[in-house]
Amino acid sequence: MQTNVLLRNVGVADSYQIETYVQQGGYQALAKVLEEGQPSKVKEVVLNSGLRGRGGAGFPTGRKWMFLPKGVYPRYLVCNADEGEPGTFKDRVLMEHDPHGVIEGIIVSSYACEVEHAFIYIRGEYNLGYQRLRNAIDQAYAAGFLGKNIRGSGYDLELSLIQGAGAYICGEETALLSSLEGKRGHPKLKPPFPAAQGLYRKPTIINNVETLFNVPFIVLNGSDWYRQWGTELSPGIKLFSVSGHVERPGVYEVPLSTPIRDLVYDICGGPKDGVPLKAIIPGGSSTRMVRADVAMEARLDYEALCDVGSDLGSGAVIVVNEKTCLVRLVARLAGFYRHESCGKCIPCREGTDWMYKILQRIERGEGRAEDLPLLLDICNNIAGKSFCPLGDAAVQPVRSSIERFGEEYEFHIREKRCMVDG
Amino acid sequence: MLTDKSKEEIRRIRGEYPDPDSALLPALYLAQKDYGGWLPEEAIDAVAEIMELAPARVGAMASFYTLFQRQPVGRHVIYVCTNVACSLLGAEHLLEYLGHKLGVEPGETSADGRFTLVEVECLGSCGTAPMMQVDEHYFENLTEEKIDRILAELA
Repeated sequence: MQTNVLLRNVGVADSYQIETYVQQGGYQALAKVLEEGQPSKVKEVVLNSGLRGRGGAGFPTGRKWMFLPKGVYPRYLVCNADEGEPGTFKDRVLMEHDPHGVIEGIIVSSYACEVEHAFIYIRGEYNLGYQRLRNAIDQAYAAGFLGKNIRGSGYDLELSLIQGAGAYICGEETALLSSLEGKRGHPKLKPPFPAAQGLYRKPTIINNVETLFNVPFIVLNGSDWYRQWGTELSPGIKLFSVSGHVERPGVYEVPLSTPIRDLVYDICGGPKDGVPLKAIIPGGSSTRMVRADVAMEARLDYEALCDVGSDLGSGAVIVVNEKTCLVRLVARLAGFYRHESCGKCIPCREGTDWMYKILQRIERGEGRAEDLPLLLDICNNIAGKSFCPLGDAAVQPVRSSIERFGEEYEFHIREKRCMVDG
Repeated sequence: MLTDKSKEEIRRIRGEYPDPDSALLPALYLAQKDYGGWLPEEAIDAVAEIMELAPARVGAMASFYTLFQRQPVGRHVIYVCTNVACSLLGAEHLLEYLGHKLGVEPGETSADGRFTLVEVECLGSCGTAPMMQVDEHYFENLTEEKIDRILAELA
């Protein structure tokens, strides 16, 4: 039930060195596309594979690439390695253990999009990932996989690596571009979308690490191969970061549309210490939490999770057992969004602060009867009214927990104590 | 002071990007290292000078990102994640334990100047929670005993 494509080099000795990567069959996708010499063919196979963005939004990658305006150069490609969605740690595994896989994905994708300068924006805390990528980039230049006239093909590509400095908002693509341009990480108004006008106001493709990592495999094996897994709309394989109350948390690779139950019980060993589960947050903290019994009947794909009122997001499955106070958990998350709001727009800046304060007072046993409708009202004034998706994200844990676990809030407010602590 | 080596590196990075302003993040990192782990006003001015930017722009940049310190810090900075996955596995308790041990509240530096304790958001180590970062290194699957050992080994 687990596949071993994306993670095949994890656990191999010196997996991050170029010799190992080449021995394992690395840089063959690059050789293939350079030999064929047809960028449009690469775009086509990625489009046909149905690969969707693995950063959280799930937008079809091939279609994003098609948005590049014809004949406008230079163009840029940015690898979004600012993995910051709470619960998510899959890109870190790829960058630390298989940095050449990330780089080959970037080169092949840049070739497809006719890009001659690509960038990796990695979060500042990922020091080991940064060092591994730095080393791998130097090796790739030395081996002639990067730089001028790559492998005698006439194709040039520069690859720059830059570290963020601790700002969740920079995972949002336009905020990332601001940061990369040497500014505060404020999101920009869309349209124009980055594909039309992005980095330095030039056409720019921004893809997540895992998304780009899939590309060489698709190029080598074809779109039908990729579609042997998953569903028509959610094809392929996906990395899941599993955390919280399970026996064996970690990063696992499975086909899309795998039942959540299989991931949590069979692969991760089930609930930690056998304590029954209460909730699942299936796609990172910005996706709606679901009652565990409902989640266990769902499958891990974009559509199936939508059907149970949540999202696949970044594939960060956070498992929560019944000994957990959800009011406390949601208050903690509200604190996160409050801290990470960039302050550019009022609904998000003020709304996240109010939500945090109200949740704190409920948690302290000072909640008021009108607090739940008030929280929902604030949610309604943030969602869809904020400048960028951070506001919408901040609302998800609050609204979904009130709707699905309202009794915990009511108990807190009425009894002035937690239902779980007794 | 910004070292000559850092200045040279900043100039090189300015040339690497289509717009030299892109070197601002790396420049601030280099300055922070040169100035003992934080960015005093003098460091902001030095970066502004070499980046050919207004000091206000550089200062605004430094204050936006949490990894840039605007106050002096201890010899080691301890970042403790208390976000959702770490919290589910007892991170708040470990933060309290550390605070008690060092005699500080989060955000403060120990009296002997060795450690600054900081509470932070998710560091992407959720499968090995609870965790902390000390300077540039991650320490995972923490327990009280493990924290004792790690701190004892740091000068």
